[in-house]
Amino acid sequence: MSEKVEQKQLAKPDEWSPAKLTLGKRIGKDFRVNWQLYVMFVLPVIYYIIFRYIPMFGNILAFRKYNSGGNIFGEGPLTLKYFKQFITGKPFWQAFSNTLILNGLYLLFRFPLTLIFALLLNEIRNLHWKKFVQTVSYLPHFISMVIVCGMIKELLSTSGPINDVIARLGGEKISFISLAEWFRTIFVASGVWQSLGWGTILYLAAMSGINPSLYEAATVDGANHFQQVMHVTIPCILPTIATLLILDIGGLVGSGGAFEKVYLLYSPLTYETSDIVSTYVFRMGIESGSINFATAVGMFEGVINLILLTVANFVSRRVANTSLW
Amino acid sequence: MSESEKTKLKLEEIHIHNPKNKIKDSIGYRVFTVFNTIIMILVAVATLYPFLYLVAQSFTSTQAIIEGYTGLVPKGFNIDTYAYVLTRNDHEFLRYYLNTIIYTVIGTVLSLFFSSILAYPLSKPNLKINRILSPFIIFTMYFGGGLMANYVLMLKLGLKNSMWGFILPMLISTYYVILMRSFFMSIPKDLEEAGEIDGLNKWGVFWFIARPLSTPIIATMTLFYAVMYWNNWFNAKLYLQDKAKWPVAYFLQTIIRGAGANEPDAQNMTANIKSCAMVLTVLPIICVYPAIQKYYVQGMMLGGVKE
Repeated sequence: MSEKVEQKQLAKPDEWSPAKLTLGKRIGKDFRVNWQLYVMFVLPVIYYIIFRYIPMFGNILAFRKYNSGGNIFGEGPLTLKYFKQFITGKPFWQAFSNTLILNGLYLLFRFPLTLIFALLLNEIRNLHWKKFVQTVSYLPHFISMVIVCGMIKELLSTSGPINDVIARLGGEKISFISLAEWFRTIFVASGVWQSLGWGTILYLAAMSGINPSLYEAATVDGANHFQQVMHVTIPCILPTIATLLILDIGGLVGSGGAFEKVYLLYSPLTYETSDIVSTYVFRMGIESGSINFATAVGMFEGVINLILLTVANFVSRRVANTSLW
Repeated sequence: MSESEKTKLKLEEIHIHNPKNKIKDSIGYRVFTVFNTIIMILVAVATLYPFLYLVAQSFTSTQAIIEGYTGLVPKGFNIDTYAYVLTRNDHEFLRYYLNTIIYTVIGTVLSLFFSSILAYPLSKPNLKINRILSPFIIFTMYFGGGLMANYVLMLKLGLKNSMWGFILPMLISTYYVILMRSFFMSIPKDLEEAGEIDGLNKWGVFWFIARPLSTPIIATMTLFYAVMYWNNWFNAKLYLQDKAKWPVAYFLQTIIRGAGANEPDAQNMTANIKSCAMVLTVLPIICVYPAIQKYYVQGMMLGGVKE
């Protein structure tokens, strides 16, 4: 009990006059009360230092030579030659534009479709039916990309069901997977298939939090269902839409999510539309062993990604009054 | 049941049972309802079709597969393919499957532990260090080491060809830590304070009060982490050269990608063999995820709410 009183007395002054104590001193005082909580996060923080921050600084390999088995922060003087190498090479720019195109197209289709699907789900009145559709639509989210791509290959193979339908309709069979012009369609369609249901969760959560009196007021004012959606539902979930959009725009250049699928589906035959930065990094770094070169490429992507995210966050704070930080 | 779910149910009740409401439904809205139902049926069918197709193929005879059979009813129904997949190459499939189970169980337990001992202190708004700790953790979501720097580090740590090379890179997911933190924040303070008055220290409060109240988020995280370990093949590709250590997802990758060196007979594998392997791998996930749906929906909801 006395400890709690003490804690309150400690908390009060710096709540009202934060300038009086430096953050360091406040943490010091706090530590005496809450040291058990401080001890709790020691192991995870060590994990973050080793497995997150050391690799972050390991990006210095973009500027310093790495010798196999040597210093993970490289050796010798700093150099820009690895950057020059990839910036002047055609494969990098092809991969860079493919990353933008694939992510951009995917966002362009997935984002509105997810929102529409959420709005439609929200209109279902039969709870059992609604729950069933939701459960089914979440399924692809939990499936390994290996299985998803295995399915894609089976469905699209020349002896698969889609070509079977084409053949029955008198068309010519298409070997989708090995044709560069089909890659974007396959990528976007399978992406929408996999993320449509899961993407609605946050929207539905936001919708369930809308105050029912708003709908009642709209009904009294003579709004029909469609008008209620346009003037109540959508404005109420706008912060959610904005947050998700920032995250997506921030990920436009990043290829974290796309790597697995592209890697599993592409082949030298389709590089011109399918090769993205992260698969390029993988081929260069892991398969060909050009560690420095690949680090430079990867870091370039990471930095652009961070810039994009910061800009998107800034714009969103200005326009929608919502931001990630 | 959460508050919002309750109000939603109430709303639903008003909608369904209020006769006034029924009269008010315009023809336009009724047309929309029909249209909406059709769309939902289409979405459900499109989602399930690939799975049903795999199951049908896995039971179809090799003869029918070679002839190009693509129906949803197995032709020449048999379970020989399953028997073949499970026993071929000295039961290698079972070995990969067992590896996956081991990695998933060990990884999930460790991940849950590490994530919660980080998320719990982060959820305390009056903990002064959070002003530093929070950005320290969250920044890693936006910028990271990238593939190469991580790879080089793992080699340096000597984690190549070890189970830890598979587990450690994904031990703590920052996003999941944030979800857990949001849940811990929603635990009523009074309960924790009552625990302290009863003589529990901070660890005691965490273990005996916060943890039992956190079943929804713990169930959610168990599912998310378990699925993550179950599905991962890339860490295996990077760090597990020894075939005896492969998880099943990586084995699937080699047969689906048909990459020559690792799996020379991948080219000769017929669709029914691949389908069997895929069905067996996906089955546990399909069985588990609907059971805890209400928990993860709730968990995602809390996490989505801005702090």
